[in-house]
Amino acid sequence: MRLAALLTLALIPLSALSLMLGAASVDVAAIGHDPQAALIFWVSRLPRTLAVLLTGAALAVAGVILQQIVRNRFVEPGTTGTGEGAALGLLAITLLAPGAPIIVKMLVASAAALATTFLFLRLIRRLPPREVLLVPLVGLILAGVLQAAVTFIGWQTDLLQYIGTWLMSGEFSGVIAGRYELLWIAGAAAALAYVYADRFVLLGLGRDAATNLGLDTERVLHLGLAVVSIVTALVVVTVGMIPFVGLVVPNLVSRLMGDNLRQSLPVVAAGGAALVLACDILGRAVRYPYEVPVGTVLGVLGSALFLWLLYRQPAR
Amino acid sequence: MMAVVRAHPLALLALCLLGLGAAYLFAGLGPNAGFILPLRATRLGGMLVVGASIAVATVLFQTVAQNRILTPSIMGFDALYVLMQTALVAVIGAVGFTSLPKALKFGLEVGVMITAAVLLFGTLLGRGPRDVARMILTGVILGVLFRSLSGFVARVMDPNAYSVVQSVTFASFTRIDATLLLIGGSAALAAIALAFALSRRLDVMALGRPVAVSLGLGYERLMLLVLALVALLVSVSTALVGPVAFFGLIVVGLAHALVGADRHARLLPAAALIAGIVLVGGQLIFERLIGQQSTLSVVVECVGGLVFLWLLLKGRVR
Repeated sequence: MRLAALLTLALIPLSALSLMLGAASVDVAAIGHDPQAALIFWVSRLPRTLAVLLTGAALAVAGVILQQIVRNRFVEPGTTGTGEGAALGLLAITLLAPGAPIIVKMLVASAAALATTFLFLRLIRRLPPREVLLVPLVGLILAGVLQAAVTFIGWQTDLLQYIGTWLMSGEFSGVIAGRYELLWIAGAAAALAYVYADRFVLLGLGRDAATNLGLDTERVLHLGLAVVSIVTALVVVTVGMIPFVGLVVPNLVSRLMGDNLRQSLPVVAAGGAALVLACDILGRAVRYPYEVPVGTVLGVLGSALFLWLLYRQPAR
Repeated sequence: MMAVVRAHPLALLALCLLGLGAAYLFAGLGPNAGFILPLRATRLGGMLVVGASIAVATVLFQTVAQNRILTPSIMGFDALYVLMQTALVAVIGAVGFTSLPKALKFGLEVGVMITAAVLLFGTLLGRGPRDVARMILTGVILGVLFRSLSGFVARVMDPNAYSVVQSVTFASFTRIDATLLLIGGSAALAAIALAFALSRRLDVMALGRPVAVSLGLGYERLMLLVLALVALLVSVSTALVGPVAFFGLIVVGLAHALVGADRHARLLPAAALIAGIVLVGGQLIFERLIGQQSTLSVVVECVGGLVFLWLLLKGRVR
């Protein structure tokens, strides 16, 4: 629990920094009497900070759930094709019904993400059981094939600019009030996962063991997949895919406190939020006033951390 | 018919490629031949150089890595080249770099790339490929790391220089620059010739490290040399058309099926010829029959990705 306290303490200065940092200079103390400062604060700074926190927490939790479902430490929504599936669904609905309300787009993207995750689960069932590292590899290649399809369709229909942000290069610079609220649903889905935390742990023991212990395995599995797909789709729809959060944070937390999800899920959520916020602040600060997308920052940091995990951890 | 193919596969492949090349050059020329012929010749030359480079690089890399489903691009070679290019632009400054003569620029890029590739993959493969799945995953993640780093460096250095990087993130077989083709083509041809000259040693190398060493092969030196050749060939193909992930896998797989894997003296030319046939034939179909200029690379990627998935699911990791 000390870890949770530490992370919460880290989140406070990070959030404060995030509220103060941006292209326009705002004196936070003047919000009370300067309408310009208040506008920037309420319309841009605060929504952006909230969006980052929600995204980081939800993605990290989605990563944990997916790792329990697949029973493999090296998967996350970005290495199973889930994110690319969501992008494909989003592209389809954009082409077929450009005027569809955002909630419809979100549902279609979630359904596509869910279908892709199911496809991934089908695929890995055929893998030799001892090859732990083949699982993320299959997911990455599946993601690559889907990405090629998305790029191709986008290129044919002149939407490449539009979809460029969905894949691997998520950024929060476009977040303003009224354009991020969907992420609250992602946060709610992650919170729902906490209610079922113990059941996901049982699911991680394997189908037979979980069923023997009296778990309604199918239902928990479907619930977990639904949470993962909704979180991924909402993040892709709102800010674009953000890689490695769901992979690195759960692994690091698990190294420190083991796999009792009831205890570790809040820490994972706080850790994800802190990591994404720190990277977003870095992306804003490194070439001020220009921004480096948080997806790029995490692509560098996350892949380095992932390689470290790959060579530190004995392959289980 | 099959007996003829079995007896002279290389001759048949060469004939097939000749026919396709002629068709690509002369089919439907029309009145503007003076303008169209040089353009087509550049593209054809580019496709042949790129195809042969990717095919030979893939064969060499699979021999070093002792593995049939790896390609240099899956292991992040292309991304490394793009990163080196970006880093050079950042270090020398966009203005200074773009005003350098093309040959010097390309020479610099290739030099840096060879050094980086030999250092990195030499250490990765040096201890012998024990845990293949981990090695592939490492390569894939390294690719992500290099791409993200390129993006990061590009964003940090200058929004204008970003276009330099963006132009090399999407493969296209129709975007071949004539000057670069001359420079890169000669470099690639030299490397391919050297690979052919080494083919007997490569046969020994393919037996695996312990056997090769006990037969008196200078394994370490050969490995570094082969990695350097792979780096050079990947640099040429990436500089000409951009990153192509799975093309080599398909081509070399076909070559294995046709001439077997035991003799590099047959495998190398077969792979190079098949690569040319797939590229020229594919481009003929897409450019002339369907009227889609740049879709070939995407189709090849999709098909190649699916083939790779299938190989993984079949458990053919060894």
